[in-house]
Amino acid sequence: MLQFLIRRLIGAVVIMFLIGAFTFFLFYTIPQDFAQLSCGKNCSPENIAVIRENLGLDKPITTQFWEFMSGIVVGRDFAVGHCSAPCLGVSFNSGEFVWDSIVDSFPLTLSLTIGGLIIFLVFGLGTGLLAAWKRGTAVDKAVSGASMVLSSFQIYFLGPIVVGIFVFSTGWMESPKYVPFTEDPAGWFMGLLIPWAVMATIFTAQYTRMARSTMIEQLSEEHVRTARAKGMKQRYVFFRYAWRGSLIPIVTIIGMDLSALLSGAVVTEFTFDLAGLGRLAVESSQGKDIPATMGVMLFGAFFILMLNIIVDIAYAYIDPRVRLS
Amino acid sequence: MTSPTKAEGSGSAVALDPELETTAEVAKGEKKLEGRSPGQLMWQRFKRDRTGVVSACVVIFFFLIAALAPVISKVYGKNPYTLYAQEPDFPFLLDDFAMPTGSFGGMSGDFWFGVEPKLGRDVFTMLLYGMRTSLYMAVVVTLASVITGVLIGMVGGYFGGRVDYWVGRITDFFLGFPQQLFFIAFMPVVTALFVDPRDETPTYLRALSIILVMWFLGWMGLARLVRSSVLSLREREFVEAAKVSGASPWRIVRKEILPNIVTPILVQGTYILPSTILSIAFLSFVGVGFVEPTPDWGRMFAVGADVYEEDPMFMFFPGVAMVVFVLCFNLLGDSVRDAFDPKTGR
Repeated sequence: MLQFLIRRLIGAVVIMFLIGAFTFFLFYTIPQDFAQLSCGKNCSPENIAVIRENLGLDKPITTQFWEFMSGIVVGRDFAVGHCSAPCLGVSFNSGEFVWDSIVDSFPLTLSLTIGGLIIFLVFGLGTGLLAAWKRGTAVDKAVSGASMVLSSFQIYFLGPIVVGIFVFSTGWMESPKYVPFTEDPAGWFMGLLIPWAVMATIFTAQYTRMARSTMIEQLSEEHVRTARAKGMKQRYVFFRYAWRGSLIPIVTIIGMDLSALLSGAVVTEFTFDLAGLGRLAVESSQGKDIPATMGVMLFGAFFILMLNIIVDIAYAYIDPRVRLS
Repeated sequence: MTSPTKAEGSGSAVALDPELETTAEVAKGEKKLEGRSPGQLMWQRFKRDRTGVVSACVVIFFFLIAALAPVISKVYGKNPYTLYAQEPDFPFLLDDFAMPTGSFGGMSGDFWFGVEPKLGRDVFTMLLYGMRTSLYMAVVVTLASVITGVLIGMVGGYFGGRVDYWVGRITDFFLGFPQQLFFIAFMPVVTALFVDPRDETPTYLRALSIILVMWFLGWMGLARLVRSSVLSLREREFVEAAKVSGASPWRIVRKEILPNIVTPILVQGTYILPSTILSIAFLSFVGVGFVEPTPDWGRMFAVGADVYEEDPMFMFFPGVAMVVFVLCFNLLGDSVRDAFDPKTGR
């Protein structure tokens, strides 16, 4: 198990390095004049020269790349001061360290991602199992139909409707807002309840369909039939045999959906006007703030990789074949 | 759609045994046994699936009105750019708060889907033109992604060994990118490839940038799928026979393997297209896709969310149109899958 973990971690480091290299060269080599791009319209030649120097653009590209990469591991020194260990450079627009702005905006995205994940796993897998259990009945048809329709909804369409009903019309809840968990756990929960529900609704619908079809597939497997033929109780067959088997494809799909999950959190942020990683990305991208944009990208990739490793561990836990190979 | 009664008579949408079907047909019609290609069999099964036919009609309808948007807007007499609130013909379009007068977002005989708050543009034509660009772009992105995915998957699957290993690693590498963040981050970079940052970006270049960015991260799923199918097909006897009889690798891929994986490719394609539309809409929704005054589906949601408290109806038509489109496309994908491969019943 430890060996497996170490192997995965080394793989993650390699992929991070490659993504970093890839984004770096794409960002720093393609635009005709990078200083001009970051300076925008009506920029005097002196300003461009200053920017070029600040960014180290006068140095050869390999040196720049080395400085950037080593900065992530050991930190860098800038005109504004020392930027400690995971240093992703200085933002053009705000002049802050990119890492600091990421740390400020990440808790919201993390809360949305993890909270949403838990909700849609519980509800999605639950309703999927229910539909598979009651296959062919009215319950199954209702669940399947509802999930088909709901999975075609978009977060940015459903969000305003839910807010309209629960906040504007009835006044049952307050507008979604983010309060740090450490300050006020109850406020954190209540403020994010609507975003979670909306985000999870769409994912739940997809997972219901998936869980249902995997369960049905598993229930037609031969070992399940044998178990039934032996006269085992329906419930035992269902949970011990079919459920155990369908966990593997389900976890695989969760692993493949992690990127979509982060995307969902980003869309949710925008829908409810919350300031998280997505807002930071758009603001940096629109302000042509290259270091910040790149920092957010890298951080996002890192986050997905970390979640991936967790999924891999779950995988190894569920499926003994993974551990042995 | 020759005999709908027969479709109901056969009960569930699950296809009958092809042979049985043929004999039934023969007994009724001429007494000649006809051979049917897999394509024909698929078409027959598909015709019997009522959900599939209805969704196909809806999808075709969407593409039709998108293609005919200029004609429709000419007949209808409005365009998505004019600020009708400032026209003398429509004096009371917006109230003092710049919200549409009248109920349901200003719906009337002149403005079927209402008027846009603040600017007073016509919602109906805005939606038509927005759908038009989205659909066209989604088709291009889907085709590009499918072709790329098939090529890369084929290379990995057919050559196997070390080639396969590296192709797989590259695919994994691209899967590691956070998709939407990547789209947001790379839009300005890709745009800067074509346009000097000091100049205004023309709309078609924006469209091109969006297509490039989406295509870049759109092919991996398909590549994986094709790779694994090719990997198993490669070992089959008919491929071996072709090899022994001296067929070139290109011929084997084209004539022996490709026809066998058309089904999963087509099905996957029908899932890629709606998700591309959602991604394009997302980009405009957050403000890095199309900008004013280009009419755009996604930006209508941004406007709609802004004014939702005062004018909830504005978002109704774009939203419902999108839900219906995505729903029908997904249902169509399921039906196509069932028609091609009746074994994977729901």
